[in-house]
Order: sequence, then C-alpha cells, then structure tokens
Amino acid sequence: MSARMNVFPTRMALTAMKIRLKGAVTGHSLLKRKAEALTRRFRDIVKRIDDAKRKMGKVMQVASFSYAEVKYSTGDIGFQVRESVKAAQLKVRSKMENVSGVQLPTFEMFSDGQNSFELTGLGRGGQQVQKCKDTYAKAIEVLVELASLQTAFVILDEVIKITNRRVNAIEHVIIPKIENTIRWIGSELDEQDREEFFRLKKVQNKKKIAKDADQKERDNANAEKDAAAAAAPLNILAEYEEDEDVLFK
Amino acid sequence: MANKERSLIAVMGDEDSVTGLLLGGIGHIDGKQKANFLVVDSKTPLDKIESTFEEFVKRKDIAIILITQQVADDIRSMIDDHDQAFPTVLEIPSKDHPYDPTK
Repeated sequence: MSARMNVFPTRMALTAMKIRLKGAVTGHSLLKRKAEALTRRFRDIVKRIDDAKRKMGKVMQVASFSYAEVKYSTGDIGFQVRESVKAAQLKVRSKMENVSGVQLPTFEMFSDGQNSFELTGLGRGGQQVQKCKDTYAKAIEVLVELASLQTAFVILDEVIKITNRRVNAIEHVIIPKIENTIRWIGSELDEQDREEFFRLKKVQNKKKIAKDADQKERDNANAEKDAAAAAAPLNILAEYEEDEDVLFK
Repeated sequence: MANKERSLIAVMGDEDSVTGLLLGGIGHIDGKQKANFLVVDSKTPLDKIESTFEEFVKRKDIAIILITQQVADDIRSMIDDHDQAFPTVLEIPSKDHPYDPTK
C-alpha cells in the first residue's frame, strides 16, 4: 500500500495537498450522510414491503375464493379465459423518482382500453365472473405496488453498497495517503531549512575564520613594529647631550 | 434504463392462479403467438419452467414476473441469481400455499 503520493517537496505542493485534504474530508462526510439517508429510506422500504406482502396474501386469498365461487357456479372457465387472451388490458408504466440522488422506478398500473373479455358466452355466471375479474384486478394493483417496492429495494441496496465502499475508500486509503504526503513534504522542507541554516553557518564560520586570520596577521605586523620600536627606547636625554656647552667652550 | 417499453406483467404458476390473473386482464399474446404467461402443473418439465423464466427475463417488454411460491421453489437457484432491477420478480401465494413471509 503506497504510503504517499509522488510529488516534489515544495511549499506549493504542500498547500495543494492541504487543499486536497480538506476536499477529501468534506467529500467523506457528505458521502457518509448520503449513505445514512439512503439506509434510512431502505429500512422504510423494507417495512413497507413487509406490510404490502401481508396485504397481498390476503387479497390473493379473496381473489382465489371468488374464483372458486365462479368455478362452482359456472364450471371451469379456465380454458376459455386462456384462449381468449389477446392484448393485455392492464399494463404498467414506470416512473423515475429521484430519492436523494438515486433514480428509483415506481410502477403505475394503467388500463389499455380494450376490454377483450366479452365473456358473453358464460351465461348465468356472468355477474360472478365480473366480480371475480374485479377482485383479481384489485389484487393485481397490490401486486404492482409490491413490485415497485421490490425494485426500489434491489436498486437501493446496490447504491448503498457502492456509497459505503466509496466512504470506506476515502476514509482508509485516500485521506491517510494525503496526510502522509503532507507529513513527508513537511519533513523534507524542514530538512532543507536545516541544510540551508547549516550551510549559512558554515559560510559564516569560514568568513569568521578568514577574518580572524586576517586580524591575526595584522596584529602580528603591529606587534613587530612595536617590538622594533620598543627595542630602542626613546632617549630624550641623548638629544640633550648633543647640545654643546654653550657657556664653557 | 430503457424501460419505457416495459409494460407487461408476466405470470408463472398453477392453473387457477394464472387463470384468475388472466381474468384480471394481464394476459398478452403478441403477433408471434408469444404469451406472457405459463401454466405450470405436475406434468410440466423443469427445463420448460426454467427456459420460460429465462425467456421472460430476457424479453424487453416485461416489467414484472409474477410467480407462485411453489414454482419459485422449483427454480429457486435461478431466482436467487436474478438480481437485476428489471424485470422484477415477485413471488405470490397460490391456493394451496398460503403466503410464507420467510421466503
């Protein structure tokens, strides 16, 4: 796992890295919030699915009973029904809803118009058949709703997984990487400073030594002059002795 | 997601369930005599059920596949593998199998 990014250790790179870190942290918290919102919605859907399933169970039972009634009174119309199928009258339309950034489809039932079940050939059972038809139509409505919920469930599940993966990636890979890079750049810059400082000190030292050496030479030269001067002390009296006696000549 | 064309509700199940739902009006036979429903009874071979299911899944005009729990159990592995959002697979109870919420 690479610990840091490949950049030149300059101050500009350091600032750039700091900006990136800030971006990553903001992105991370945003994504986390999105994941939480989606999970909440997900749980809500799970509950609704549960309710809808129970409702479906009941509605299907009612429909089955009414069908049994028809069978009792009219005989088995199954064959006739199957044969008279032409174009579907009940169809579904899907609408896309945007839920915190995710497109979720919902199914909407609609009637296509033609009523191809004239079923006039069923005589006395006609009313019951009609009733059965209606119960089943209602059952289908519930089923369509359940199907919508189920698709939403599947899609949300996928999206939540992806979002969580991204959150974890940012948290455990990207941010540490950037932090390591920042730390490394910092340490390189410090070392450069120290080198600079050391170089400066060295140069100063050299200058100082050179200056000292100069000073020493000058001191030596002066000292010799002094010594020469000190070897012949000023004999003021000697000057006087050269003066001739003016009186006793 | 091209689901503007997906509009049909397919059914797979025992005779009574399928007939009832067809009575409700979801049955559809297109120009090529392809139906969107399959009646499964004790004589229907397993691969016929499997191939019909696959066909329904591949068809672009089917939005929902209703399948009774009995039949679903027969092809349980195929149903578990199906994780696309479209078409949605919905398990329904049949007369002899009242709804089992644990499935």
